[in-house]
Amino acid sequence: MSGVKEVYKMPESAFQGRATWKELPIGGVIPEPATSLRYKTGNWRALRPVLNEKKCIRCLMCWVYCPEPAIERLEGDRIRINYDYCKGCGICSSICPVKAITMVEEGA
Amino acid sequence: MSFIKTIKDIPKEEYLAPGHRLCAGCGAAIAIRLALKALRGPTVIVNATGCIEVATTIYPYTSWRVPWIHVAFENAAAVASGVAEAFKIMEKKYGVKRPDVIAIGGDGGTFDIGLQALSGALERGHKMLYICYDNEAYMNTGIQRSGATPRGAATTTSPAGRVIPGKLERKKDLIEIAVAHGVPYAATASIAYPVDYINKVRKALETEGPTVIHVLTPCVPGWRIDPSQTITIARLAVETLVFPVYEVENGKYRINVMVKKPKPLEEYLKLQGRFKHLLLPENKWLLDKLKEDVKWKWERLLKLSNL
Repeated sequence: MSGVKEVYKMPESAFQGRATWKELPIGGVIPEPATSLRYKTGNWRALRPVLNEKKCIRCLMCWVYCPEPAIERLEGDRIRINYDYCKGCGICSSICPVKAITMVEEGA
Repeated sequence: MSFIKTIKDIPKEEYLAPGHRLCAGCGAAIAIRLALKALRGPTVIVNATGCIEVATTIYPYTSWRVPWIHVAFENAAAVASGVAEAFKIMEKKYGVKRPDVIAIGGDGGTFDIGLQALSGALERGHKMLYICYDNEAYMNTGIQRSGATPRGAATTTSPAGRVIPGKLERKKDLIEIAVAHGVPYAATASIAYPVDYINKVRKALETEGPTVIHVLTPCVPGWRIDPSQTITIARLAVETLVFPVYEVENGKYRINVMVKKPKPLEEYLKLQGRFKHLLLPENKWLLDKLKEDVKWKWERLLKLSNL
């Protein structure tokens, strides 16, 4: 046994795609939670949701229905869109009762 | 007493992390994220093969913040039974607190491939919750028809063309199958009604014995819909009576979302590319058959819930 600590850590080389089987945890186990946070899906986006904070009534509908979740619920039920992960599906914009989120073409 | 009353009561904790590779606008992602909002303590998730499994755990990435296990396509319910029983023994022998066990499967892994494992688990009566996220075909492998595909839907193995106008057979009724096992709690839910859905997951976790929740999750490529319309379509499915939201507690039926004035079925169909051909005059006979299915199910539900 090389010690529990080592067994329960995912080697950095695994995320760079150059780990050998000897470095990886036994049995295809991923010992760390939420490693997908390292994988940014924001570059999938063709349309970018833009929030107009003045219009927002803090109903949290967009936060509830975001599939990623790429919408963070802040203090006082304000929201922030995390563009690192937002894939630009537009559910937030279509569900918003006061049209506070508009979809803008990426790069325009 | 329900767990939450309004959207504001939904817990902030996210047990599904972003960075997963489900499609933009995926209904199943919403279903799983919301289900995990109802957790009440240590939980083990058992996941059958399917969209959720392949897209949330692409090695070495995982989107889960709870212990998660995948074995095969057909045996999520069998693995969950084993996990639940193992913890029962560990509690007796070593005083380990028993976690909640949730099995998650898609419609392919539940209605077709995993049905006998599910039936076995329900019959043996393990303390577990089975959640079926139903996107109405084998979406992960490229939209093949399943037992959950509704009548008239075009898939790659039931293509609408000159020979057939989409799938000719009726959709299986999962909740009726579960109820036939005499389970203490079985329910359908919709991602468009999150408070009802989260409360149902919580209620199922608090129930002793096996429980089943069937949630309808629109699929952007499979249903050929606009990604921003996922929730709109999920809501229309309830409002047009295609997918009634109800629960069965110890054999007692209760409709949770009462639809007083149902919208015409066409409103639901016209937003989806998979049903486009059904609105043509030559396929009216199939549309009428689908309408009959919907009417039959709703009237039966009204009768069973004594309304």
